[in-house]
Amino acid sequence: MTTRTAEILMGFATLFLSLGLMWNVWSDGLNIGWVEGRGPGAGMWPFWLSLGMAGASAATIIRWFQGKTPESRSLEPYIARETIFLVTVSALSILLLLILMNIIGTYLSLMLFMLFYVRFLGNHTWGMTMAFVLGAPIFVYLLFEVALTKYLPKGWPIFEEGFLWLDNFRWQYF
Amino acid sequence: METILVSLAGGLLQAFEPLNLFMIFAGCLAGLFVGCMPGLGSVNGVAILLPVTFLVPPTAAIIFLAALYYGAMYGGAISSITLGIPGASTAVATVFDGRPMAQQGKADKALMAAAIASFIGGTVSIILFTLFAPPLAAFALKFGPQEEFALMLLAFATFIGLGGDDIPKTIFSILLGLVMAAIGFDIISGQPRMIFFDMVEFQRGIGFLVLAIGIYGIGEMLWTLESTKGKVQMHSVNITWARMKENFGQIKDYINSTWVGSVLGFFVGTLPAAGATPASLMSYGLSKTFSKDPDSFGKGNVAGVAAPEAANNAASTGSMLPMITLGIPGSPTTAILLGGMIIWGLRPGPLLFTESPDFVWGLIGSMYIANVATVLLNLALIPVFIRVLAMPFTLLTPIIFMLCVLGVFATTDRMFDTWIMLILGVGGYLLRKLNYPVAPAVLAIVLGPLAERSLRQSLISSQGDVTTFITRPISLTCVILALLLISYPLIQKFIRARKANETAA
Repeated sequence: MTTRTAEILMGFATLFLSLGLMWNVWSDGLNIGWVEGRGPGAGMWPFWLSLGMAGASAATIIRWFQGKTPESRSLEPYIARETIFLVTVSALSILLLLILMNIIGTYLSLMLFMLFYVRFLGNHTWGMTMAFVLGAPIFVYLLFEVALTKYLPKGWPIFEEGFLWLDNFRWQYF
Repeated sequence: METILVSLAGGLLQAFEPLNLFMIFAGCLAGLFVGCMPGLGSVNGVAILLPVTFLVPPTAAIIFLAALYYGAMYGGAISSITLGIPGASTAVATVFDGRPMAQQGKADKALMAAAIASFIGGTVSIILFTLFAPPLAAFALKFGPQEEFALMLLAFATFIGLGGDDIPKTIFSILLGLVMAAIGFDIISGQPRMIFFDMVEFQRGIGFLVLAIGIYGIGEMLWTLESTKGKVQMHSVNITWARMKENFGQIKDYINSTWVGSVLGFFVGTLPAAGATPASLMSYGLSKTFSKDPDSFGKGNVAGVAAPEAANNAASTGSMLPMITLGIPGSPTTAILLGGMIIWGLRPGPLLFTESPDFVWGLIGSMYIANVATVLLNLALIPVFIRVLAMPFTLLTPIIFMLCVLGVFATTDRMFDTWIMLILGVGGYLLRKLNYPVAPAVLAIVLGPLAERSLRQSLISSQGDVTTFITRPISLTCVILALLLISYPLIQKFIRARKANETAA
């Protein structure tokens, strides 16, 4: 996809997003007009600002047809072939991390994430990989659970119980 | 004046408390680190590390983040000079002369000049800050909601008039941030707004940190992965005590550019849309124009390194002036700091000086110390940071991603926010690739709730009379300035068209 195509697609995407936001405010029955003696109603701010967004998107689309923005004349690929892999893999790996956090818990999924990123994407040595795979959960545990007293997601009950068994040591001995 | 000195002394004493002193050093180190990593700048560091600062009291937290902001300005020069890649956008101008100097084997001289210029820039701007902040805050005490709203209008107008980006795209970015800020319960009527797909999670709205970490954490890393895939070539740096002393003696070569850059940087930094990057570019241009030997710029003139470095440090302090005194951030980084202040339970704005003097003066005092700490750490650790720069990105990236995900989770305890963060991060990256500026959206999501509240408060108090914004002198001035700024690109276009016509005729 060229940058030129990407710009017009993005222009329409932002236009529809803005119209969708306006529809959302309107269909919720919020007052988008003026309340006598009190000023704007609850829906006025988001509704009219979304209208402005729609206007700005329309301006981008018009400028695309006029060829005014540099992007609308660029035939360079929107995301270069060699980077599309790296960017997609990175974004997907975070997505997978978020999904796994709900299933097998933060710590196990972080270990898998580090294993994937350091070993398979980065091609680092096993020594370096193990340092990250083991170091990351320990660091996170100390920073977030011990110091910031946050209860990070532990996943399904079976994984949560397994973790609590480990966590017990901290409460028993420290 | 006397009260300023007394308060300042108090602030300095506070900065020397063990926890705060530790925070200064930790912040400077973290800042130097994020500053020198290509792709990461102060705003990324502050966004990603803000959730971690909930460990310590607000004063220590802001001291840490301010020191980080500061350190990042120093750190940016390290990769600009040794790699020829700006460590942060604020250090772009440092590459122009820093890179040729490194190629000539004078990297140590350039690094030294950058550190000294940064120190002078920082010191000058902190002194200006200390002098300007209290009277400005006292003046701002007269502000009502009308003035607050007009000021925010002015802040957004600077993006349109001075931002230099595509105007419809800038407007889109600002409005998107403002609309996102409105998700959740309406503060005045209590009605739920924009609960998409009837998901209850939206009732609590989208926090500014979710957007900030999405854009400056996830989005920025995707951007960096893309732009640094090529091989980088590092120049060796030869540092010895004798050479350092020799370089120190050559300070007169660039001292004038440094003074000019410092003062210019401070004032440009106070403008929300301008900030450190344009300040450093302007300072570079100015120093080239007034140089006796303008042709040597771009070929390794040391003044071309000192001028932008002085300006970007001065601008980082300058951007804190409107944040502390008026509650209007002067840069994306200070926008995140402002959002942090709200989380810490402080009320940004002119009352901060009277309500939380310890916080404000502790911060000011710490900036003096941080400046000294950073220049020392910077000079001492140049060899270490050069090694850090050789660290492959596949090691840094997973750490940053991990901190983004857990940082967002830790602020709100909701997995939902991490999903939104990922969506916004990827969306921000795709928009940025098409030259949509993202900083205005971050500023807008922080200011959005404040702007809407002040707008509606003013209209309620005036019983729905819109003229309330133009019958009060300060608010009127701001509105006029804002209108001028918004129409500035149009006026500029008109003048250019006329000039073109004249030359054609």
